[in-house]
Amino acid sequence: MQHRNIWVFAEKSDEIHPVVFELLTEGRRLSRALGEELGCVIFGSPDREEIKRLASFGASAIITIPACDEAVSTAVETGVEASVEASAELLCSAVREMKPAILLAGATSFGRTLMPLVAVKLKTGLTADCTQLDIDVERGILLQTRPAFGGNILATIECAGSRPQMSTVRPHVFKMKAMEKHVRPEIVEYRANKPAVRISRVIQRVLEDTMVDISMSDVIVAGGRGLGRPDGFDLMEKLARKLGGVVGASRGVVDLGWISAAHQVGQTGHTVSPRLYVACGISGAIQHLAGMKGSDIIFAVNEDPDAPIFEVADYGIVGDLYEVVPGIIEELNAGD
Amino acid sequence: MHVLVCIKQVPDTQKVRIDPERGTLIRKGIPSITNPFDETALELAFEIRESVGGRVSVLTMGIPDSECILRDALTLGADDAYLLTGSGFAGADTLATSYALSLAIEKTGPFDLVLFGKQAIDGDTAQVGPEVAGQLGYPVVTFVQDLISVDHERVVVDRMIDRGRETVEVDLPAVLTVVKAEQRLRVPTFTTILNGFAVPVTRLGPNDIGADPARCGLKGSPTRVKKVFAPKHQSSVSLFSGSVEESAGAFVRTVRELGII
Repeated sequence: MQHRNIWVFAEKSDEIHPVVFELLTEGRRLSRALGEELGCVIFGSPDREEIKRLASFGASAIITIPACDEAVSTAVETGVEASVEASAELLCSAVREMKPAILLAGATSFGRTLMPLVAVKLKTGLTADCTQLDIDVERGILLQTRPAFGGNILATIECAGSRPQMSTVRPHVFKMKAMEKHVRPEIVEYRANKPAVRISRVIQRVLEDTMVDISMSDVIVAGGRGLGRPDGFDLMEKLARKLGGVVGASRGVVDLGWISAAHQVGQTGHTVSPRLYVACGISGAIQHLAGMKGSDIIFAVNEDPDAPIFEVADYGIVGDLYEVVPGIIEELNAGD
Repeated sequence: MHVLVCIKQVPDTQKVRIDPERGTLIRKGIPSITNPFDETALELAFEIRESVGGRVSVLTMGIPDSECILRDALTLGADDAYLLTGSGFAGADTLATSYALSLAIEKTGPFDLVLFGKQAIDGDTAQVGPEVAGQLGYPVVTFVQDLISVDHERVVVDRMIDRGRETVEVDLPAVLTVVKAEQRLRVPTFTTILNGFAVPVTRLGPNDIGADPARCGLKGSPTRVKKVFAPKHQSSVSLFSGSVEESAGAFVRTVRELGII
């Protein structure tokens, strides 16, 4: 049997991860170019609302992998709550049997662990953190574009001879858009045997700030060493709140202990692409730029007009952030 | 406890420049360094050795010149070092790399723990660690930030996740990938430096690890880089000038017009 169709892996903890809907939106375009179906693979038993939502984003088939044994039921029922190793094994069996040509997943901390495990077991290629996906229509091949060398270059990668072609994509890289009309999806239940793999066990999870998953925010106000002092983040927080966003930080200030690593943007932290990125006192080291270049609008405040951040910024103010930022807050208040 | 740390020689991406005409990387004159995340993995290995005793070995796959990063690891206190090298390994993607590394690990082991940096700063894939775990059938914990406890049976670690941290327990042998940005790295001592130059680096080629040539290097790599190009430059920045009120006001008007707020 030939490999056909595109699958999006639907990561789910409490709810289906937003990146899934972004991938389905992009998957619709790819499946049209390829002339194949778009499916969605999910652990556990999605409820009616979830099925409807997945379908409204273009999934014409939903492959469910239900609990097959108590030992993996936690993993399967909750998706990310437990064993990534068991999940990988189950996903591999489903792929082997149903033979999708393309498998996409979000580059979340779970997806970035799951997908390599799946790829190596299937002896196929995997391209991490793609920022662009296209179809070479003539050859029916997925073209995967991703940054490398700290965002200095982009490379287009293909996996012509092995299937499935696998990619991970960071949240926010693609926009999500539901369809106006959609068909009732076909539900395919895939029952696998209990995977015999050694697993790691999550024994505790602490979500740092309930509001901080900075990669999902539309607005980020980020501070760097130019803040000069830890309480500069109080000002960042004020502005972030005014703009309906969250606080980000450069690695330098995280290293100094001014703010927790959950806020870190850049190569060693989160890769973000909000609608608005406000960089205050951030000079713009390549490693930082690698993590935020994909933002729709970048606004920089810096005392140094030659700071590299101005090379990627759309708008900027050269000046003292302790004058500029309060000025902006005042302007925002005046408009309320 | 025998801990193996897999390390990689990378160009210092902070110093990388792009040829603006051709859109290619200018590698000339760029210093090669040990991947910074691998250094933190090495540090974690030393912590484990200090806590429960044992040995720390280092392994790299690369050109003969990558012996220098093994030497650096030895002068920091690693006990022995392996260099996996040969033209057959060249051009490997993550699948072919993980295949060769896992064979080398089986050949030079057994190890209780195999550590990687969470990703290399040149490729940034973060795939080789978990792919080696997959090859070996070991459980894996990625993005490890802190060691909570370790004994001869299992290790408990804190790992970074998208929205915080989680504590994970894993039985040995296991693979960990490490991200410990804030960690203070040790410096060589007189004794470790002497040791570093006294210990020979063991070289391994494809035959030494029993590798199938068809699964190594470019031949064994399902992915191909078709095109490399520089990211397109964004239009130049518009600077808001004038008094604080004027420039701040201009910014607020702009974000309102763009419909962001």
